[in-house]
Amino acid sequence: MTILGKLDWSAVPFDQPIIMGTVGGMVVAIVSVLSWVTLKGYVPYLWREWITSVDHKRIGVMYIVLALVMLLRGFADGIMMRTQQAVAAGGAQGFLPPEHFDQIFSAHGTIMIFFVAMPLVIGLMNFAVPLQLGARDVAFPTMNSVSFWLTASGVLLINVSLAVGEFAKTGWFAYPPLSELQFSPGVGVDYYLWSLQISGIGTLLSGVNFVTTILKMRAPGMSYMRMPVFCWTSLASNLLIVAAFPVLTALFAMLLLDRYLGFHFFTVDAGGNVMMYVNLFWIWGHPEVYILVLPAFGVYSEVAATFSGKSLFGYRSMVLATMAICVLSYTVWLHHFFTMGASASVNAFFGITSMIIGVPTGVKVFNWLFAMYGGRVRFTVPVLWTIGFMVTFVFGGLTGVLLALPPVDWQVHNSLFLVAHFHHVIIPGVLFGAIAGYNYWFPKAFGFKLDERWGKAAFWCWFIGFHLAFMPLYVTGLMGMPRRMQHYDVLSWQPWLLIAEVGAIIIFAGIICQIIQLVVSIRHREQLRDATGDPWNGRTLEWSTASPPPAWNFAVVPRVGELDAFWAKKQRVLAKQELPLQRPAYQPIEVPRNSPTGVVTAFFAVITGFALIWHIWWMAGFGLLGAAVTLLAFMFRTRDEVEIPAEQVGLFDRAHPVEVSL
Amino acid sequence: MRYVPLAAVLIGASMLGGCDGGVLDPKGPIAFAERQILFNATGIMLAIVIPVVIATLAVAFWFRASNDRARYRPDFVYSGRLEMLVWSIPLMTILLTGTVAWIGSYDLDPPKPIASSAKPIKVQAISLDWKWLFIYPELGVASVNHLTIPVGTPVSFELTSSGVMNSFFVPQLAGQIYTMAGMATRLNLRADYSGTYRGMSANFSGDGFADMYFNVDAIPPERFAQWVAMTRRAGPVLDSKTYADLAKPSAAVTPFTYHSVASDLFESIRMSSVQSDDALCRSYPTSMRAEK
Repeated sequence: MTILGKLDWSAVPFDQPIIMGTVGGMVVAIVSVLSWVTLKGYVPYLWREWITSVDHKRIGVMYIVLALVMLLRGFADGIMMRTQQAVAAGGAQGFLPPEHFDQIFSAHGTIMIFFVAMPLVIGLMNFAVPLQLGARDVAFPTMNSVSFWLTASGVLLINVSLAVGEFAKTGWFAYPPLSELQFSPGVGVDYYLWSLQISGIGTLLSGVNFVTTILKMRAPGMSYMRMPVFCWTSLASNLLIVAAFPVLTALFAMLLLDRYLGFHFFTVDAGGNVMMYVNLFWIWGHPEVYILVLPAFGVYSEVAATFSGKSLFGYRSMVLATMAICVLSYTVWLHHFFTMGASASVNAFFGITSMIIGVPTGVKVFNWLFAMYGGRVRFTVPVLWTIGFMVTFVFGGLTGVLLALPPVDWQVHNSLFLVAHFHHVIIPGVLFGAIAGYNYWFPKAFGFKLDERWGKAAFWCWFIGFHLAFMPLYVTGLMGMPRRMQHYDVLSWQPWLLIAEVGAIIIFAGIICQIIQLVVSIRHREQLRDATGDPWNGRTLEWSTASPPPAWNFAVVPRVGELDAFWAKKQRVLAKQELPLQRPAYQPIEVPRNSPTGVVTAFFAVITGFALIWHIWWMAGFGLLGAAVTLLAFMFRTRDEVEIPAEQVGLFDRAHPVEVSL
Repeated sequence: MRYVPLAAVLIGASMLGGCDGGVLDPKGPIAFAERQILFNATGIMLAIVIPVVIATLAVAFWFRASNDRARYRPDFVYSGRLEMLVWSIPLMTILLTGTVAWIGSYDLDPPKPIASSAKPIKVQAISLDWKWLFIYPELGVASVNHLTIPVGTPVSFELTSSGVMNSFFVPQLAGQIYTMAGMATRLNLRADYSGTYRGMSANFSGDGFADMYFNVDAIPPERFAQWVAMTRRAGPVLDSKTYADLAKPSAAVTPFTYHSVASDLFESIRMSSVQSDDALCRSYPTSMRAEK
């Protein structure tokens, strides 16, 4: 037992040129960004305005930045897998040995689900939900910052695993017994478990925060049936988080007990039961799909209504469908393992419940269609992503119903058909929605629009690249190719995998277009500036305030009398029933004070996680103590709000009049 | 149409699959029935999905903001009849596919014996790191990474794992089933045509996973009898000692056979994973709970 536990120089894979090259590149990038920030003197600004900020809009933006950076990492893993499978046919072994390939597909799945999709949807909810509700912030602003920084801690740990030690070689769901100490003695599974435990706490806190916010912080007059659809889908998503994430935390705690203290929950000996893990994992895992996809559905609803210039068709149906999905998502988990050998009645039951969830989803698709019917559809970038989603997602749903048929599932489970299916629902269902939301709310967040041309180019690259990359995988799946093959001997699979490789390259072009879109938009921000606060002729309350909104969101808390409150107000103004600009008597506003609690907690969480992974017990104790002291310090603080004087509110409000136009 | 590529891919798949030994090229009754369900369900759903895609594109195109001929109806936000329709279309589709699921789950239930005049032969399959061991308990022989079966005779599998979970899968003959330590799963299949079919583990099980495949030789019953006789003449003995050697992790093992097999080896492998110092665990082994 040394002072550094299991950690020594052999943990750094100096002999692996690919890993060391990547690590070198990452270190150079991080060091150059940090030194640029320091030399330019931006550190105090970043600390004051971003790192310690508890403003939901800033936190939302940070979540999305984090997700986009991790999208690059996750995509790099993805294209390496595609390249490996494109070349490793016949006797060829490709460029990735099994122990490296296995880490890459595990990291790809873990990163894309937990550190790309989750921060994207939580970021969008952070930014948009309080604004749509007419609230000044979320219910627990400092806790919100803690949530974000704990997610960032998970991200940091998973990236450290690249340089120090290894990542899990078990696939992203880490099924035991493979993930038990007996078969995975290294630190890889520990990196997986601790980074997800830490970020999982952050996610759970987010869930609590948003459920409270949506239930308790709506503007006066905003009854449930006057809430924007995005808030409804966010509510459903966060209810799912609150109910599902504790299961994952408990499950990982059990696996950790197995690995650290010799328990036998899931071991092959002493009465451990593998299927208990598999069941519990998917009791979290299937609701997780809807945690991700429901907010994206909300974005599509907002986009479809706004850019068609009419209210969403069948609002009540949409709400009902959303809540039906929310409840039903807990009744389908077993379809992830029809191959376990359960009895026919169990398989049939879960097959049918899985199909039933397709009913409310189908209703949503029809309602988006009718949202455009009778509208004036403007083909902006968010609309392209939405229509692209609709025509793609229905086919993903089709293969989903196929997989819900137990006899078909036995034939294509664990194959590339399955891989194609879940990318076919998650990429259009979540990623397209998040990008639509990013293009939609960007002008609200920064006061200028994103460039349309590069945005459209990005869409077409993604859309075409996606189909080229994943349709061939259905074929190889039907040809009997299992997922996670480091090499294979069946040469007839190879042409399809080469097509998939081309698709991945086109997706990469799409990502490049998005980076260019951002750069071009920032350079041309003066031409793209939106002074009105309402660039899309919006319907919901977030468009009734300045872009970017002030820390207090609304000078006067809006009163809501109907669905699509801002749209209704604009109609009344046009009908000359209401004056466009009312100068109210401004009141001083209390906003939450910045707090370093989040970032300091995260600092100690990273230390604790790293120490536990490497069995450095004294350091783990130090980290836990530090986190506890941080919490105490936060609890004993006396001033938690600052008051914005009425004059300042008035000054800002008069300088940023929201114009009403059609 | 944007879905030309998809259509091309699907057609290409069915053609290629037809000659390439996958799910779409079944060689036995179980795999054939499973493919039929795949086709039926796809047909039912395409009847809905294709019109929806066309309607989506048509509506979006017709109601584009620049089209003056399209009537702007901002008040079109509710219609009881349409709501009825949008709920009932998916519901009816699901009624159809749900019935298919219900019947299929019972008819093709993996443990269900296949009705046949021929007496089924028993095979015990054990997944090891990273190879397959097949024991023929009634014939007293065993083989590694190669499965020989008689054509037209049902094969009744009992499966377990030495440790890590795997999935036994011969796409042309039947769907897959997990192999799990301490538990036994069951699978029945039959080959109706002579030939060599690819089998594999479908569930990732570690570094040697990619090499964990095997060939299934379906041969006429007379030749199968010859094969058994030949196998009994040569090769090592499979007992607890040689099994311990075999169980050591190794990948890409060349197929070979055992000329005799210790009795109850399968059961002892399955039970070995529930051995424990803990008296409580001994009295309630996982397998007993799993069997219930």
